[in-house]
Amino acid sequence: MAHQTDRRRFLARLLAGAGTLALVGCDKLSNSEWFTNVLSTGGSLSKNVHRLISARKSMAQEFSEADMSPNFRSNGTSLPSSAEYQALAKDNFRDWALTIDGLVEKPITLTLTQIQALPSRTQITRHDCVEGWSAIGKWTGTPLHEVLALVKPLPQAHFAVFYCADPMQDDGSQKYYESIDMDDAYHAQTMLAYKLNDETLPIKNGAPIRLRVERQLGYKQAKYIMRLALVEKLDHIGEGKGGYWEDSAGYEWYAGI
Amino acid sequence: MSTVNKSSLEPYFIYRHKLPIRIMHWINVICFIVLFMSGLNIFNSHAALNLGKSSYNGYAPILEMKSIQNSNGELVGITNIFGYQFDTTGVLGASMGPEGKLIRRGFPSWITIPGPKWLAMARQWHFFFAWLFVINGICYVTYSLFSKHLQRDLLTTKSDRASIWQSVKDHARFKHPSGEAAIPYNVLQKIAYLSVIFILLPLVILMGFAMSPFLDSLIPGWVDLFGGRQTARTIHFIVAWLLVAFVFIHVFEVIITGVWNNLRSMITGQYQIKTLIESSHKEGK
Repeated sequence: MAHQTDRRRFLARLLAGAGTLALVGCDKLSNSEWFTNVLSTGGSLSKNVHRLISARKSMAQEFSEADMSPNFRSNGTSLPSSAEYQALAKDNFRDWALTIDGLVEKPITLTLTQIQALPSRTQITRHDCVEGWSAIGKWTGTPLHEVLALVKPLPQAHFAVFYCADPMQDDGSQKYYESIDMDDAYHAQTMLAYKLNDETLPIKNGAPIRLRVERQLGYKQAKYIMRLALVEKLDHIGEGKGGYWEDSAGYEWYAGI
Repeated sequence: MSTVNKSSLEPYFIYRHKLPIRIMHWINVICFIVLFMSGLNIFNSHAALNLGKSSYNGYAPILEMKSIQNSNGELVGITNIFGYQFDTTGVLGASMGPEGKLIRRGFPSWITIPGPKWLAMARQWHFFFAWLFVINGICYVTYSLFSKHLQRDLLTTKSDRASIWQSVKDHARFKHPSGEAAIPYNVLQKIAYLSVIFILLPLVILMGFAMSPFLDSLIPGWVDLFGGRQTARTIHFIVAWLLVAFVFIHVFEVIITGVWNNLRSMITGQYQIKTLIESSHKEGK
């Protein structure tokens, strides 16, 4: 009997030891470059399969007013810390203007009033955060294709990069940025939103304009947009991964999953 | 058994599990462990489960893990289930961090991959092994159909269905067939395997798809058939735990019906049949 309990204890310890080793091993692997490269094939496979199985124009679900979240949650930056932004906000963004340049025939600078004068679209959509929560809100804005029609992107423009006002470090450096490809840029629901739930877009949700790219997760929906540039490649921007969270924390550029 | 074959008086081996089944079984074990543990790390980023299309629809979560500071400034882990609150310090809501101090987190580090809070990396693990898991599952079902493993070994027979109640009683008493009677799966075992393969696993995969904003757009509104994205996330979580419950029962049954013999049969394929001592006695008289 004593012999049996010894054996059981030994087996239990063996299992616990093996488990601990496996866990430490997993954490080691998470920090190794070759292994994370292997893992990221999962994400690339998802992106390619998504592109393969679906029309690029498939529409995100739109909801009814009854589904709207009473209070649309703010995540990440809720008030950009830069003096430049706060000065613009003080004047209700009267002096704010969006520069659209890069690989375009006609670079342009648009004030908020000019953007609001363009044809608009309103959609009630679900915002899915990478953390797992969702909130449903009603967005009004200018479809991005309307703006692109004004600047006429050159054929070699492959990505739209959104430069934002919010510094992500305490010292004011590393401003937020995000990028999408041209399929998403021309998508019917992709817009520069300036209203949330029929009200002027609040600062906590990205005033004066934020991006809506409805078939991807929340971190793609850049807030506090200051400049939009069309580029051929992303590797010379930031650390080359196409967005602040992609560069700094290893999130996937493709956030459709 | 009324007559016992002379040759079966001695223990002998049968070839129980074919090589593809054995390989796919162990790939599945690795995938499931990684998916479950990386899933819990992902869950920790928003340690609450809601029902409905969004998380903010005016209804409280059905499950929530959080931490609060008590009057002594110590962290207390709180788990809230259907409005009932439990102190779960040390395990849920607050558990040991890398510096040996309690930190705020849903599930503890010893049950998550990676150990520390690291959503981006947990997603990488989860989606890579999800692909492996799904491909392995498709191979398994295809192989089982074409090799007739499914039809021969897994589908219940008429006599199986007639003996369900008997099988329930036998399981409750931990009584299991021995000798040659142990070769075919018993009826509860078949039902368990079939439910996992054709109900729980497809459901957990589908509810994973439901959380992808892109896949939701393929047929707008399909997620509402399951109650909306947040309900889908909750179902994904619950089914994952049902699968864990299956694994525990499965491993328990493996242990009490001869752990080494069962393990050997899933590694080399060889399963030893021990003859019944009683019947061989009868035979001897």
